[in-house]
Amino acid sequence: MTVVLVDAGGTNIGSVRYALQRLGVDAALTSDAAAIRAACKVILPGVGAAGPGMARLRELGLVELMRSLTQPVLGVCLGMQLLCTHSEEGDTECLGLIPATVRRFAEQPGLRVPHMGWNGLAPQREHPLLRGLSDGEQAYFVHSYAVPTNEWTLASTNYGEPFSAVVARGNFHGMQFHPERSAAVGAKLLKNFLEL
Amino acid sequence: MLSRRIIPCLDVRDGQVVKGVRFRDHVAMGGIVDLALRYRDEGADELVFYDITASPEGRSVDRGWVEKVARVIDIPFCVAGGIRSVDDARAVLHAGADKVSVNSPALERPALVAELAAAFGVQCVVVGVDSLRDADGEWRVRQYTGDPSKTRALARRTLDWVAEAQRLGAGEIVLNCMGSDGVRQGYDLEQLEATRTLCQVPLIASGGAGTMEHFRDAFVEADVDGALAASVFHSGAIAIPELKHYLQGQGVAVRIP
Repeated sequence: MTVVLVDAGGTNIGSVRYALQRLGVDAALTSDAAAIRAACKVILPGVGAAGPGMARLRELGLVELMRSLTQPVLGVCLGMQLLCTHSEEGDTECLGLIPATVRRFAEQPGLRVPHMGWNGLAPQREHPLLRGLSDGEQAYFVHSYAVPTNEWTLASTNYGEPFSAVVARGNFHGMQFHPERSAAVGAKLLKNFLEL
Repeated sequence: MLSRRIIPCLDVRDGQVVKGVRFRDHVAMGGIVDLALRYRDEGADELVFYDITASPEGRSVDRGWVEKVARVIDIPFCVAGGIRSVDDARAVLHAGADKVSVNSPALERPALVAELAAAFGVQCVVVGVDSLRDADGEWRVRQYTGDPSKTRALARRTLDWVAEAQRLGAGEIVLNCMGSDGVRQGYDLEQLEATRTLCQVPLIASGGAGTMEHFRDAFVEADVDGALAASVFHSGAIAIPELKHYLQGQGVAVRIP
């Protein structure tokens, strides 16, 4: 099975690669369209801001390619946000694969932004990506923008209000937390993705 | 609910984890990767590695051990010490660190915080603040605390610096209360509470943990997001699983893996 990590400049790309290695998968880092198209699984990691993230995908000529993929695709953190239609962060048009708008956490007393740390996952519907996940198991989040819950939400997390922690629409999947840094829970979900 | 974080801090010197008392007289505690794995297994929520001599020696973090840690560790970790440019930070983040923490170099040149936030996002940028109460009762910032012979007391007030660091783009503040560090008499709750009132980003308490009650007090009284400690974990005086069960019993939200 070939798994590729789309090298769009995300700084967590090394961590995701190591997490896959711990699961016995040696993923190639690539921005080559042919390699991405030929892969069995495609992962779009991402740390940073939506605007530069999309700009990088455009520069690499990967926007239409990403939209045309038919194999399982996983966006991680910013990668998940880039799969959505639009992000409030820098008023950025994203890939439009998951019909949702990425919004900044609303200011509330005592609610610190970024949302940083371990928080519980609440499964919302059955999906192979969530196999073995129990309600309340925790994952590691670091983000200031989030996707409100919607019909594509597989698992939600509460921070001031519920937001989408895991989404899926067709072959496109997203995890707002960092599975590569979420200990056994993260490894389980990454393994589920590899087995889709 | 977001869990409060328990964060073992590993001071790194010459490839070893060391611990001093009040930032002095360091003794070796063990290998970096061995200790990192031990804490991961015990349920630490995050790890912080301070290359304590990088800044006084004017060098950047050795990225070799950062990569080794990143390969084996599946919880987040932050690296501090001698990061003085976007390039330094990029090297550490690409080696696999999740966050970088800047301290002395940010005091030399506060614009560094803004540059890091612009390059990587605020969520990658931690500002470490070493603070001590002066004779006049004000908390002020210390610089180059990794080497006592080079440590400088600055005129900058701690609370002013915390506010400025946030404006510049700090995504998290670690407040090292030097007066309580290493002596296990409890976190400096007064200083943490004062900092909390003006800190809108996550705030991490550092310096002074001796008992499980000290962690509870920091979370409940000072409302910090995480508590960092070194010697009580390295020595085995407090075991993380026991600590988390205690905190849970005290009504503090924690992650029990």
